[in-house]
Amino acid sequence: MTLRFDKLGVVIAAIVAYAAFLAPFATFRANRIVPGQARSILESLPPTLGMLLLAIAIAAAIVALLRTPLALRLAASVVALVALTILIGVAGGFLTPAGNAFARVAPASGFWLLIFAFTLLLADVLTRLNLSPWARVGVLVLAALAIAALLVSGNWDSLSILKEYASRADSFWAEASKHVTLALGSLAGAVIVGIPLGILCHRVEKLRAGVLNVLNIIQTIPSIALFGLLIAPLGWVALHVPGAAAIGIRGIGIAPAFVALFLYSLLPVVANTVVGLAGVPRAANDAARGMGMTDRQRLFDVEFPLAFPVILTGIRIVLVQNIGLATIAALIGGGGFGVFVFQGVGQTAMDLVLLGALPTVALAFAAAIILDAVIEMTATKRRVVETA
Amino acid sequence: MKAWLPALLRLAVLALLVTFITSPNWFEPLLKPLTENGAPAIYNQGSLLTLTLQHLSTVLIATVAATIVAVALAILVTRPAGAEFLPLSRSLVNIGQTFPPVAVLALAVPAVGFGEKPTLIALFLYGLLPIFENALTALTTLPGNVMEAARGAGMTGWQRLTKVELPLSAPVILGGIRLSVVIGLATATIGSTVAAKTLGEVIIAGLISNNLAFVLQGGLIVAALAVLIYDGLSAIERYAARRMGQGAE
Repeated sequence: MTLRFDKLGVVIAAIVAYAAFLAPFATFRANRIVPGQARSILESLPPTLGMLLLAIAIAAAIVALLRTPLALRLAASVVALVALTILIGVAGGFLTPAGNAFARVAPASGFWLLIFAFTLLLADVLTRLNLSPWARVGVLVLAALAIAALLVSGNWDSLSILKEYASRADSFWAEASKHVTLALGSLAGAVIVGIPLGILCHRVEKLRAGVLNVLNIIQTIPSIALFGLLIAPLGWVALHVPGAAAIGIRGIGIAPAFVALFLYSLLPVVANTVVGLAGVPRAANDAARGMGMTDRQRLFDVEFPLAFPVILTGIRIVLVQNIGLATIAALIGGGGFGVFVFQGVGQTAMDLVLLGALPTVALAFAAAIILDAVIEMTATKRRVVETA
Repeated sequence: MKAWLPALLRLAVLALLVTFITSPNWFEPLLKPLTENGAPAIYNQGSLLTLTLQHLSTVLIATVAATIVAVALAILVTRPAGAEFLPLSRSLVNIGQTFPPVAVLALAVPAVGFGEKPTLIALFLYGLLPIFENALTALTTLPGNVMEAARGAGMTGWQRLTKVELPLSAPVILGGIRLSVVIGLATATIGSTVAAKTLGEVIIAGLISNNLAFVLQGGLIVAALAVLIYDGLSAIERYAARRMGQGAE
């Protein structure tokens, strides 16, 4: 039997070999800000579990290296990822001296590289399987449930990120809800204003270039500056417009952050609405006119449904971008996960940075997968309608 | 008649920008009303010119590195030997784009420490994606008849790449570079939160000391740079596209 190598597998196997044998698996620190000491897999885990993890990693790497059936590759990557995520929690408990509340155990580069290598394998399998939109959302839900189960089970409680979380559990959820409110609220505002504005720009050609240019220029203002510049006008509004302060409009805090995110969101929504409407086939419009549809009917029954997937693409861009940008709101007191990121950077406590950064990345990632699936579903529906 | 108006406007913006960063004190009376309690109106903890140059050089280094790596990767996955990586590289680019710049920046700090390095890494990683995506699109949608003709003319793989594929893809690749430069200019300001020397320093100093004049001047310099560079690169892109259009005729 001749052995045939998979090219991606060579890359994965090389990463796994380095990560499992040369890079540290976990870092142990006597308290949260001193430099850490590296621990290898065998040092971080009880002997049997350490050997088991190494065996699983090597076996999965061999499956990746050779040309093996997709189902086997899928199983190998999932088993390796599950083993890694469970055993890093075990390592936390194993390395922390009993009764010591100051010691911190954090995943180190070896762990992250192993996660990266097997995620790469999983991503490759999922890409090759060419999953339907529903199946992709299903995989996302499964992964979220698995992570939630690990969090609830307390398996990770001995890890430094969750120790940071434990001392801030209340503020974590308050900032999380602020973050989501900022990202989704500004998106809703941009959709309510942006889609009619896009329709207007489509109908009135004179407006189009002007509006799009202004929105383009707003995008070039760096986010921290835009947040800062809005402090003054909103402070003025709060002082001089009756009732404004009562509904929470203030110079600093969530209001300028909200307005800035809203302004950044307008361009993709307006531009995609214009592009989507311009892409409506002339034949469809002519047919609608020939049937005696009014302008309004044509807009709602023909143009808008046909342009919808393109508009949705704009909304996807905005949502992912807003989830990321909302972290910067913390600099002007707007809250959100950025609070932990910037506090962590200020205290050089990287676990705190991760506490802010990981949920942000996870949110953005989930939003992208869900909206991509929705876009694909509406686009296929449209194609079915077109061919019918 | 109207054709020279945008060019004139840009020239005016450029002149204003250069005057402002070289002798900012001339503009003090304009910015003074924005300050409170006699705070300085012009950034005084460093020269605006040096910061601007450092900002630009950070973006330039990151973009050049990102362009080389992204185009090389795109070439690799569009060759027969690397075709296996093509679908995966597409999904990786999609996943990569969901990573917020602040997160990339903050996560790079534990690996390389504070200062310029995390900013360069974040700019590099974030700059890779648009360039790679555009290069991939360009290299996979080349007109079939041109490629056939090149093959028929007896060109080797390397000749086809350097004489046909890359020149034809240049406008689209340039579009990716333009996007990545504009994103980079804005992201570099956030780099100041991890102690990189960029114009973000001016904005953050303003936010901390509640000095609107600082925020405004930092923000406007970056915005003007972005608009001018965006326009400049768009012009180069149009020029490249025109040359390719004429070449094909």
